[in-house]
Amino acid sequence: MSEATIPIDAKLTEPIKKKATISTASRVLRYTVVRLFVLFLTVVIAVYLTILIANMGGYVDRIQRGQIQEAVSMQLALSPAFKSLSAEEKQNQMDSMIAIQEKRLGLDKPFLVRSFMYLRNALSLDLGRALQMASDSGSKMVKNVILERLPPTLLLFGTADVFLFILAVLIALSLSRKYGSFFDKVFIALTPTSSAPGWFYGIFLILIFAALLHWLPFGGMVDAPPPSSKFLYALSLLKHMILPVIAIFLSTIFLSAYTWRTFFLIYSSEDYVDMAKAKGLTSRNIERSYILRPTLPTIITSFALIVIYMWTGATIFETVFQWPGLGRALFMAIGLYDTPVIVGSTVIFAYLLVITVFLLDIVYALVDPRVKIGGGESRPQ
Amino acid sequence: MKAIKNTFKELLRYPSAIIGLVIIAFLLIGSIYAMVTIPYKQALVLWRGGEGIWYKSPKYAAPAWMNYFSREKLPLTITQSSADGTAPKTVTPGDTTTEVLITFSFDYPYDDFPQDIAVFFTTTFSGKEPFINMSWITPDGREIRVANFAISESEAYYVSQDEKLQRRLSGLPPEKGLFVADPKEGLTPPVKGTYQLIVDATTFEADSDVDAEMVLYGKLHGVAGTDHLRRDLRIALLWGIPVSLAFGLLAALGTTALTMIIAAIGVWHGGWVDGTIQRITEVNMVLPFLPILIMVGTFYSHSIWVILGVVILLNVFGSAIKTYRAVFMQVKESSYIEAARAYGAGSSRIIFSYLVPRIIPLLIPQLVTLIPAFVFLEAGLAILGLGDPTLPTWGKIINDAQQNGALYKGLYYWVLEPAILLMISGLAFALLGFSLDRIFNPRLRGM
Repeated sequence: MSEATIPIDAKLTEPIKKKATISTASRVLRYTVVRLFVLFLTVVIAVYLTILIANMGGYVDRIQRGQIQEAVSMQLALSPAFKSLSAEEKQNQMDSMIAIQEKRLGLDKPFLVRSFMYLRNALSLDLGRALQMASDSGSKMVKNVILERLPPTLLLFGTADVFLFILAVLIALSLSRKYGSFFDKVFIALTPTSSAPGWFYGIFLILIFAALLHWLPFGGMVDAPPPSSKFLYALSLLKHMILPVIAIFLSTIFLSAYTWRTFFLIYSSEDYVDMAKAKGLTSRNIERSYILRPTLPTIITSFALIVIYMWTGATIFETVFQWPGLGRALFMAIGLYDTPVIVGSTVIFAYLLVITVFLLDIVYALVDPRVKIGGGESRPQ
Repeated sequence: MKAIKNTFKELLRYPSAIIGLVIIAFLLIGSIYAMVTIPYKQALVLWRGGEGIWYKSPKYAAPAWMNYFSREKLPLTITQSSADGTAPKTVTPGDTTTEVLITFSFDYPYDDFPQDIAVFFTTTFSGKEPFINMSWITPDGREIRVANFAISESEAYYVSQDEKLQRRLSGLPPEKGLFVADPKEGLTPPVKGTYQLIVDATTFEADSDVDAEMVLYGKLHGVAGTDHLRRDLRIALLWGIPVSLAFGLLAALGTTALTMIIAAIGVWHGGWVDGTIQRITEVNMVLPFLPILIMVGTFYSHSIWVILGVVILLNVFGSAIKTYRAVFMQVKESSYIEAARAYGAGSSRIIFSYLVPRIIPLLIPQLVTLIPAFVFLEAGLAILGLGDPTLPTWGKIINDAQQNGALYKGLYYWVLEPAILLMISGLAFALLGFSLDRIFNPRLRGM
C-alpha cells in the first residue's frame, strides 16, 4: 500500500473555508479510489478462493462432465440418424461430441488455467447455467436467477439496517444521558440476549404472531396471489416485512445500544467536553458536536461488523422467513444440489460484502477527519 | 491457582455469572446423563429409527405433561401384549381346533379420541393359518364386530384402515367411531370407562399358537413428545446437549487459541509476516463465511468434525486478530521481553512463554462469549439441512419441524423444546462471558 500523501493543494490565497471543502472532497476522493482498488483486489482473492474450494479435487468438473455425457446421450438417443449406426460408430460419435462439449467449456485445460477462466467468468458475473433452478422469467442463467432475488434481500436487510442504526444511536444516546437509570440497567441485563441470531428470534415471532395470534403472515414477501394495485402490493409487502425486521432488530439492538452507549460515555468524559460545558454551551450542542461527532467513526466500525455478520447469516434468516431473496435461493440450491447456483451465490455474497465495506468506508472517511489515504490502522475493521 | 480462585470468588459477586454457571452445570449434568443412559451407538440407532423401533409410539404426539395444563385430557398411548402377560390369554384345546382367547381390557378416561389402534399378531403354524375374530366391547356393554381374517406369521392390523368397519360405524373413522355412544348420531365426545378388545383366534394345528399386541396410539407421548417418524424427541433433546456444547466449546477454543498465536507471531516477527497476516485478515473479512461453509457442507461432507474444522479455519483470521495485535504491540515493548531477548531466548520461547500468557485474561471472556455463536451456528446449519446426518441434535429437530410445517399444524412443542434449550444454553454462556468481561476488563466496570 502506498504511504500517506497530503491531499491539500489548495492555494494559500484562497479563503480558508473554501480550502477546507476542497481538501475534504479531494481527501475523500483519493481515499475512495485507493480503497476501491484494495477492495477490488480483495474481492478477486475472495472469489478465487471460492472457486478453489468449490472445485477442490475437480469435484465440480466431474459434475460438469457427467452432465455433458448425459446431455449428449439424450440428444443422440432422440436423433433417428444415430439409431442406424453400428455400436462402434455410435461410441465414436458420442465420444467426439463429448470432447467438443468439454472443449467448449474448457474442461480439457489444466486446472490452474481453468481456475483463472472460472475467476474471469465469476468476476464478470458470467456464472453459467443453473442445473435445476430457473428465474421467474424462465431463464436458466445463474446470473438471472440470482439477480432476480437480489432486490428482496437488499430491501429487507437495507430497511432493517437503517432502522437498527437510527434507533440504536437514539437509544444509546438517551441511555448515556441517563446512565445508571432503570432503563440503562435493563438494557445491560438484556445484552446477553444478543448472542442469539435473528433467525432464532424469527422462530419465536412466527410462533407468536403468525401461528398463535394470526395477526401476521408466516413468511414470504407478498400475499399469494400478489395484489394487482401498487398500493395494495406495498401494503402487503409491508405486512410481510414486519416480523423479519423485528427479528433482526431484537437480535442486535441490546448489544449495540449497550456498546454504543459505552462509546458515548467514554467520549463524553473527554476534557474538551468539560471545556465545552464550562463555556456554557447547551447540552444539545455539546451532544451533537462534541460527543456524537467523534464517536461516530467508532460506532460505524461496530455497525459495519454487525452488517457483515447479518449478510453472512442471510441464508438461514431468509429460510426461516421464506423470504424469496438471495439467501433462500442458496438454500434451495443446496436442496437441489445445483452447483452453479451455489457457487454463484457465494460470489454474489462476496461482492455484497465488499460493497457494504466500501460504502461504510466512505461514510467513515466522511465523518472521520483523521482518515488518511493508506492509513491502514484507522479503517473500520 | 490462586488467581483462578480469586477470579472465581469475584465471579460469584455477579448474579448473572451465578445464573450462567448454574445453567452450565445443569447442561454438563444433562450431557453426562445423556451419554450414560443412551450410549452413543444406541442413540444413533434409535435416531435412525424407522417404524421397526418406534412402532409403539404415536406420530406428532405432544409431551405427556401437557395434560396437567389443560382441562381436556388427551389420550396417552396404551400398550398391552399377550406375550409379556399384560393381556390375559386363555387356550381351550378342542378336537381338531384350538381356541386362543386374548382379552385387551383398558381404562379410557380421556376427552379425545386416540390417533389409531393397532394389533400386531405373531403366530406359529406349519401349514394352515390361524383364523382371527376380533370384537370390541364398549363400557356401556355394546359389542361391535371389528374384523375377521386369517393371519400369516406376523401381521399388523390398523383399525383406521379398515373400511368395512368404517361402514359398520355409519361412516365414522373407526378410531373415533369405536368410542362414541351411538355412531348413528355422528361424532360425540368419547364414552369414558373400560373398553375391551377381544381377539378370538382359532388354530388348526396341534402346536400352532397366536400372540397379539395391542397399541392404542394416544395424542401425547413421553416427556418430550414424538415427531413425524414416531421418534421420541427426548433422545435428540438429550443428545443435543453434549453435541452442541462440544461444538461450541471446541470451535471457540480452537478459534481463539489459533487467532491469538497468529497475532503473537505476527507482532513478534513484524515486517512482511505481520503485513501478510493483516492482509489475510482483511480478505477474510469479506469472505462470505456461511455460503462457503454451505459449499463445503454440500460438496464434501456433512460430518460435524469437518464442519468444525472449516469453521475454525475461516474464523481464525477474524476481527479479533486486530484486538490481540494491539495488546501484543504494547506487551512487546515491556522490559521483561527485552530481558528475555538479552539472555538469548528464541522466538518461539518468547511468543509462547512471554507474549501469549499476557493476553489470556483478555481471551477468556472472548472465548466464553463466542460459544453461543457457534452453538447457534451448528443449529442454523442443521436448519439448512446441513446437519451431521447421523447425530441427533437440536437443530435437526427444528429442521424436521419446519419441513413438516409444525407451526402451521399447531405442533408448537416440536419447535419450542429445542428452541428453548438452545436459548438457555446460549444465554448461560453469554451471561458468564459478560460477567467475566467485567472482571477481566475493569475499565468497563464503572460504565
